[in-house]
Amino acid sequence: MSGPSDTSAAASDPLAGLRIWWTMLVISIEERLVYRGDFALGTLMRFLPIVTQVFLWTAVFSATARGDIAGYSRNDIVAYYLLTMLSRAFSSMPGLATGIARSIRDGSIKKFLVQPVDYLSFLLASRVAHKLVYYAVAAAPFALVFFLCRSFFPPLPDATTVAAFLGALLLSFLLGFFLEAALGMLGFWFLEISSLVFGYMLVQYLLSGHMFPIDMLAGIPSGIPGTSLADVVSWLPFQFTAYFPAAVWLGKVRGAELVRLLVVEAVWVVVMAVACRLAWRRGTRRYSAFGG
Amino acid sequence: MHNATGAVGDAEPVIRVTGLAKEYRVFDKPEGLLASVRALFRRRSRTVEAVRGVDLEVARGEFVALLGPNGAGKTTLLKMLSGIITPTRGTATVLGHVPWERADDFRRRFALVMGQRNQLWWDLPAAESFRLHQEIYRLDPARFARTRDELVDLLGVRKLILQPVRELSLGERMKLELVAALLHEPEVLFLDEPTIGLDVVAQHTIHAFLRHVQAERQMTVILTTHYMKDVAALCERLVVITGGEILYDGSLAEIVDRFTTHKIVTLDLDAEPDPARIARLGFPCEVRGPRVVLRIDRARIADALPELLRDSGVLDVSVEDVPLEEIVAGLFRSADRRSQPAEASR
Repeated sequence: MSGPSDTSAAASDPLAGLRIWWTMLVISIEERLVYRGDFALGTLMRFLPIVTQVFLWTAVFSATARGDIAGYSRNDIVAYYLLTMLSRAFSSMPGLATGIARSIRDGSIKKFLVQPVDYLSFLLASRVAHKLVYYAVAAAPFALVFFLCRSFFPPLPDATTVAAFLGALLLSFLLGFFLEAALGMLGFWFLEISSLVFGYMLVQYLLSGHMFPIDMLAGIPSGIPGTSLADVVSWLPFQFTAYFPAAVWLGKVRGAELVRLLVVEAVWVVVMAVACRLAWRRGTRRYSAFGG
Repeated sequence: MHNATGAVGDAEPVIRVTGLAKEYRVFDKPEGLLASVRALFRRRSRTVEAVRGVDLEVARGEFVALLGPNGAGKTTLLKMLSGIITPTRGTATVLGHVPWERADDFRRRFALVMGQRNQLWWDLPAAESFRLHQEIYRLDPARFARTRDELVDLLGVRKLILQPVRELSLGERMKLELVAALLHEPEVLFLDEPTIGLDVVAQHTIHAFLRHVQAERQMTVILTTHYMKDVAALCERLVVITGGEILYDGSLAEIVDRFTTHKIVTLDLDAEPDPARIARLGFPCEVRGPRVVLRIDRARIADALPELLRDSGVLDVSVEDVPLEEIVAGLFRSADRRSQPAEASR
């Protein structure tokens, strides 16, 4: 071993940041693969609730003489639920918020104060890894279900719509990540955040379109003159995590409206990313001052 | 405060601490339902001073033991020096940096090992965590591989680095934690109770390892521990801290001189001594079969020894210093009696 002076020989390498990220990604993938059995089972379980949704809406449609509800035929509804499952496969972040809060509470966050590594980048890398492993395992069951249900879907949309759909999915991953990460950072201020997470999940379930397509709220007044509940919800970030990608694929949003919503989604991603940064900075300062 | 032994001539100390203090606010949880409900509206808080005005200088290459009873402020001090927490008052620089600013340049040059915390990935082999460290600390691949191999060989854990960490024993994990912490060749190393819960063999291995690496790299090390064996094996300098204040800062040899008034003399006699014979010796003593253990004032030892040996029944004799444990325990106790509880109610 030679002297410590040339330890930072490689410090000026501009690609170093990228390489750290890559290594974190690869290692996270290896870690996720340890639990591949649990993963495969979880994927299949996710499809169970949709069966009840199909039954429910079949009953609703048979009870009414109308061919559609708020612009959705029965087939549209089934296709919608299947597509939100795909959105949520990108946007949902199981255990992210509670994991951050736990690391604050049990002190394992110290590692990220002591080592020259950025916690948020680390979380993002491990989440990307988490998702990649998930898609690798889930691709087959997803393809099977979508194939079996192909008759519910309208004809394949044009290339622009598909591109917008993919863009919306990618942004929904980032949005879901930063929303949950920001929630987890509240752990710096509250010892226990599980009830906050529960509240968030509830709001998320109602307003994201996970429960029903949010354009069904179009007829309901919001209390603000001239705006419906659907208008209000369309400015919130939640719809992008389930409703929006599905609506894009089904051709519910097009043209200028599609562009506007993609911009709103991108703005939310930036807002939440900045919120996470600020929360981290203030949170660690607080942690340093009071806890440790 | 004390200047480091052997630090003479070295320009700037690696660690310089002046008037460092840390206060915590703690909330009392009152007993009983009614009091608990009342506490929802008005919480009673106290300020606890974990560290109260510590001055310390450590020169490059020193191996310092931080000793103190539980809650003395050792870990709080170490946390401030590694930048995890900010002090309430006072200043500190480590390698020229203010630790709690957490500059990357500083964080690349030191390491912290906490006994019960792991930086290794639980489900993966340690080799993977090492690889991540290589990237985080931006280590040259060839040099990283060389350092890693050298460290794992010194600790005899080469075979373990490909096994998932969760399958390893506590001692094996601790050794791999040390390797992970030293891969980037830190100039300063903070060890918080590195041998806690380990068996004697593992302790010895870790002592030998730390001695070797510290000497070779001229690394500056601060170690907190409850085991005098750690101190005796590793450190020339001892800092005793109780109630958040430094009580003693000096060499290991000096603490024996300063805080003991007597030596321990053990006599092996040819037969079990009769009480009268013991009383005649005139020193406080303890009889264990044919063995008599006496505590003799150091000033009188030169006179007392020939007198004792003149007794024809003596087969063997040994003269020893009071064990370090006893001295330190005495120090802790005396500090405990002197100081009021280190807190002010509000």
